[in-house]
Amino acid sequence: MNSETLNTLDTYSKNKYKYGFVTDIDNEKPKKGLNEDTIKFISLKKNEPDWMLEWRLKAFSKWKRMKEPKWANLNFPEIDYQDIYYYSAPKGFEKKPKDLSEVDPKLIETYNKLGIPLEEQKVLAGVAVDVVFDSVSVATTYKGELEKLGIIFCSIGEAIQKHPDLIKKYLGSVIPPGDHSFSALNSAVFTDGSFVYIPEGVKCPMELSTYFRINAENTGQFERTLIIADKGSYVSYLEGCTAPKRDDNQLHAANVELIALEDAEIKYSTVQNWYPGDEDGKGGIYNFVTKRGLCAGKNSKISWTQVETGSAITWKYPSCILKGENSIGEFYSVAITNNFQQADTGTKMTHIGKNTKSKIISKGISLGKSQNTYRGEVSFLRKADKARNYTQCDSLLVGNKCGAHTVPYIDSKNNTAVIEHEASTSKINEDQLYYCRQRGLSHEEAVSLIVNGFCKQVLQELPMEFAVEAQKLVSISLEGSVG
Amino acid sequence: MFLEIKDLSVKIENKNILNGLNLNINKGEVHAIMGPNGCGKSTLANVLAGKEDYEILNGKINFKDNDLFDLNIEERAQEGMFLAFQYPVEIPGVNITPFLHSAINSKRKRINEEEIDNLSFAKLLKSKASDLGINIDMLKRSVNTGFSGGEKKRYEILQMSILNPDLAILDETDSGLDIDALKIVTEGVNKLKTKNNSFLIITHYQKLLDYIKPDHVHVMVNGSIVKSGGSEIAAEIEKDGFQKFQ
Repeated sequence: MNSETLNTLDTYSKNKYKYGFVTDIDNEKPKKGLNEDTIKFISLKKNEPDWMLEWRLKAFSKWKRMKEPKWANLNFPEIDYQDIYYYSAPKGFEKKPKDLSEVDPKLIETYNKLGIPLEEQKVLAGVAVDVVFDSVSVATTYKGELEKLGIIFCSIGEAIQKHPDLIKKYLGSVIPPGDHSFSALNSAVFTDGSFVYIPEGVKCPMELSTYFRINAENTGQFERTLIIADKGSYVSYLEGCTAPKRDDNQLHAANVELIALEDAEIKYSTVQNWYPGDEDGKGGIYNFVTKRGLCAGKNSKISWTQVETGSAITWKYPSCILKGENSIGEFYSVAITNNFQQADTGTKMTHIGKNTKSKIISKGISLGKSQNTYRGEVSFLRKADKARNYTQCDSLLVGNKCGAHTVPYIDSKNNTAVIEHEASTSKINEDQLYYCRQRGLSHEEAVSLIVNGFCKQVLQELPMEFAVEAQKLVSISLEGSVG
Repeated sequence: MFLEIKDLSVKIENKNILNGLNLNINKGEVHAIMGPNGCGKSTLANVLAGKEDYEILNGKINFKDNDLFDLNIEERAQEGMFLAFQYPVEIPGVNITPFLHSAINSKRKRINEEEIDNLSFAKLLKSKASDLGINIDMLKRSVNTGFSGGEKKRYEILQMSILNPDLAILDETDSGLDIDALKIVTEGVNKLKTKNNSFLIITHYQKLLDYIKPDHVHVMVNGSIVKSGGSEIAAEIEKDGFQKFQ
């Protein structure tokens, strides 16, 4: 690669993060560190019933006996769990504000800056948003309209109070607290997140969306999302995330559980743009996320789409358990790493039922000195007759100092299973850049066009309202400067 | 002078390709350069466009009152230089419409013209495409991806007609074209020709020059121009080959 290309790449690496501001707001925190008192504090703050506190404490005792999973291709210092705040709420949030007039204007302004207006007259057309700031849910829009259809869309804290039967039945049913250390940790200290229930036969008429923001310093965010699609229902859900620029690493360990009953479909999209750290690799979010969906009923479908551009470390494998006959699991992913970012991401498709199908499309783009790993596991259990999987993993390298790795595991206990796997690694080619520039495009425009083209197959899976945003985000992740 | 190449010597990987080449092109002229394989024709095209693999040993190039070596690839393009490639590269996933739309606007930005909006651009693209007998469906595909050789060349001419360059360099545009495609491509070029733009046509065969009439024909051998004249030279080469010029 010639010198001009390297220079331009160098400026890409000096990526500016435009969501890095801090909201100056008083917040309420327990003491740093993790022990039973912390958990009791959280449970008390959330005004939780006793059974919930017990559930948390049980998870905590499991966590104490567990070690972090170490098999990922990631390099980071030991996490000091005693040096983190496990709860942070803007003051005055003991009771969730009834309407926006009770919300601190600073918070509303924060979300305006992030492009997420909360005032009802300005809310995003056709998108209901639940907003989570540090540990609490700030506002949920379009609630009334959804209630008419019997759809429940609220914070998980509220659901624990108002819908204990659904919570008791489903919470932890897809990701048991004892699954691994991060799921145990989340189960013990989760603070907020979203809850969705779509009743039988209802097609949710709008996108449901949650926006997560970590603001307070040294705070971990442990959100918990639970989505249940009852028989024959449909929902499309989108999650977005940002955090201020800080020199310290912050921990984010979320759990997301999806349950699709017979003939139901859940489409879950993520645009993850946590602060990635600076160009020397200082700061940034450690993102250890467990996302798992259960296709419980016949003909059910769960589809994960993710655009991962942020975080210093991404450890994330949205998975599908294909239990119901003819059920379908899909995973579409774009992961962009720059500077010193590390991403180890992929999926797990577990075929249990007959005729189950899964599809995996993964696009990894590495720039700067970053490392990008696709890790996927496709397994076919004994009864998964005629199950099929198609996997396509493409990696694009920009520059000479980054790395792309593909680690597919396949495990089949049924010999009627059909597995297809395609993988490619390419570099942005000098001839393509020359061609674009000869037509008058700048180096940056050319790279951005080519990368967006590379990701197209995944981006087009996003809900239309967000596809354009995601495309911009992809360009921003590559650019040297952003206004 | 519109384009003035003076005593140009260029090497690549320790091999001298151009040796003291001189060439002057005025506004409104069509020049053809003919020469045997490996004589440096394509190198000349790429040096003009600004490709970075070459080492300039000596010489000067003046283009529209600019020292060409002061401009990078995209600036030259924005100044109105267009290269129709011999082997257009495939760019999977990048659709031609946004690609050319960005290209035309970057040019307009440079000359402080207003940018063209989506709708007007789509109209312009459609009408130019139908002029060149290009199927609308082809505009939905990614740049050059999965195109046949002939389609790629036609696509180059489409881009040229959209960008409307001051100097168009056609690098062996006739290679790989059957006679029907050649007719369409050359008609496209002829339609574009005005007294304000110039063409530099690089070719190995005389066939192309039956359709585009050059004002000047140059014979290039071993990196320099050994003979210049009118279209009678092309006929001479057709008859006797390049042997006698070497």
